[in-house]
Amino acid sequence: MSDSAVEPEDVRHVASLARVDLDDEEVDRFVEQFADILDYFETLDEVPAVDSETDLANVMRADEVRDSLDQDEALGNAPESEAGFFKGPKVS
Amino acid sequence: MSHNAYITDERIEGDDEGPLAGRTVAVKDNISTDGVRTTCGSAMLDDYVPPYDATVVQRLKSAGATITGKTNMDEFGMGTTTETSAFGPTENPAAPGHVPGGSSGGSAAAVAAGEADFALGTDTGGSVRCPAAFCGVVGIKPTYGLVSRYGLIAYANSLEQIGPIAPSVEEAAELLEVIAGPDEHDATTRDPAAEGADTDYAAAADGDVAGMEIGIPTELVEGADEQVVETFWDAIDDLEAQGASYHEVDLPSVEHAVEAYYVIAMSEASSNLARFDGVRYGPSPDYEGNWNEEFAGVREEGFGEEVKRRILLGTYALSAGYHDKYYKKAQDARAWVKQDFDEALSEADVLASPTMPVPPMEMGESLDDPLTMYLADANTTPVNLANLPAISVPAGETDDGLPVGMQLVGPAFGETEMIRAGSALA
Repeated sequence: MSDSAVEPEDVRHVASLARVDLDDEEVDRFVEQFADILDYFETLDEVPAVDSETDLANVMRADEVRDSLDQDEALGNAPESEAGFFKGPKVS
Repeated sequence: MSHNAYITDERIEGDDEGPLAGRTVAVKDNISTDGVRTTCGSAMLDDYVPPYDATVVQRLKSAGATITGKTNMDEFGMGTTTETSAFGPTENPAAPGHVPGGSSGGSAAAVAAGEADFALGTDTGGSVRCPAAFCGVVGIKPTYGLVSRYGLIAYANSLEQIGPIAPSVEEAAELLEVIAGPDEHDATTRDPAAEGADTDYAAAADGDVAGMEIGIPTELVEGADEQVVETFWDAIDDLEAQGASYHEVDLPSVEHAVEAYYVIAMSEASSNLARFDGVRYGPSPDYEGNWNEEFAGVREEGFGEEVKRRILLGTYALSAGYHDKYYKKAQDARAWVKQDFDEALSEADVLASPTMPVPPMEMGESLDDPLTMYLADANTTPVNLANLPAISVPAGETDDGLPVGMQLVGPAFGETEMIRAGSALA
């Protein structure tokens, strides 16, 4: 899926990895656009390797119990819930 | 609300007293408001009502501000024109028929139209500075870590900051003082005082640029529209007349900033937006099939095309065999950009360029060509890659009366110098 050689099956494969269904028209548009965009991303090849300094600080805190959302609030936006749990489709 | 600046037009009252008592703030719709719908401009979150306030919203309320509503934006912050919103485009009050810029277009339009005294936007690759420039107002992208992102619905965590939009530099600085500072809920925040930084932002808006040294990165001026360049140099002349001096600098790394930005932002987005599965929030899934099939169906229905494009490209850039080619090289480019900016800022107080290389586009003009739209972010994205602060201030207008913004970039946690420089113009 580079050097402009983007095929419809490449777009469908990535869409399935990302769990996004696409209609045929979207696939056609993405085939064309991804070729242009990936060609452009290819220019990153010209970037030299750069040593970067890490600037990290320890932000760990003690693992103490704190107030948090209650169960009803946490489930408030779920389309479906049951007995205090999120309810989703069957896994397989 | 004739410009479609708001998605949700609902007032939230703050405390009776405080530095912002009696004043109004419009809040971008990707910032959580307890009990008030927060959509991110997406059909996916059409009905989502957050059960808590973002830290910045709590700080606005404690400062006495009244929130006027939740403003329109490109879906999940992905756009440069506010046209990818599921709630329709916003029109630019300062340039009728033109886009307000994006992705915080509703926030800038609300301020430009006088519908709010201030606004909050978010800036991942220019999304505060671009609409500020296009709408003729002031916008600040703070240093990474200055403002808490707790309660901001994430697009690309390593790049984004919440920032103020206001009619003047002094007012934008005043709002920055209210929202800045460490937060125990966001482990990436730092205490600017502990970094030895001056945090009296509003006091820095004194317009005193005598003796100030301005660096001008040639790469960020050369490719821009002719009238934008002309307006930019006029504003530099203005600063020079007030006692500043300037020199040009080369930043070769910025030629790769846009592609590095998009690879990193899309990669982070592909991971962040995996949470929208129709189970915890989102459209009610009533499809036939197993988890994966329903998940993919909800996401087809809930996401717009630009969001799908970025999730797919990000998934691709992180997939086996391509990670080193795209994501790792983009991280190298990011380190290079940071190095270039740090060097340039060791010999200048601020760096100046046009905020946007083009004047505001006509509505509908750029929707069909994503790559052209991405390239419009050439001057703003390097600043996010370098974790630095920047401000966009009105620099003037083109012959057709379209607003042009000047971007001023400062050193990390050095917000005061760019505020001072900007306040000499607006």
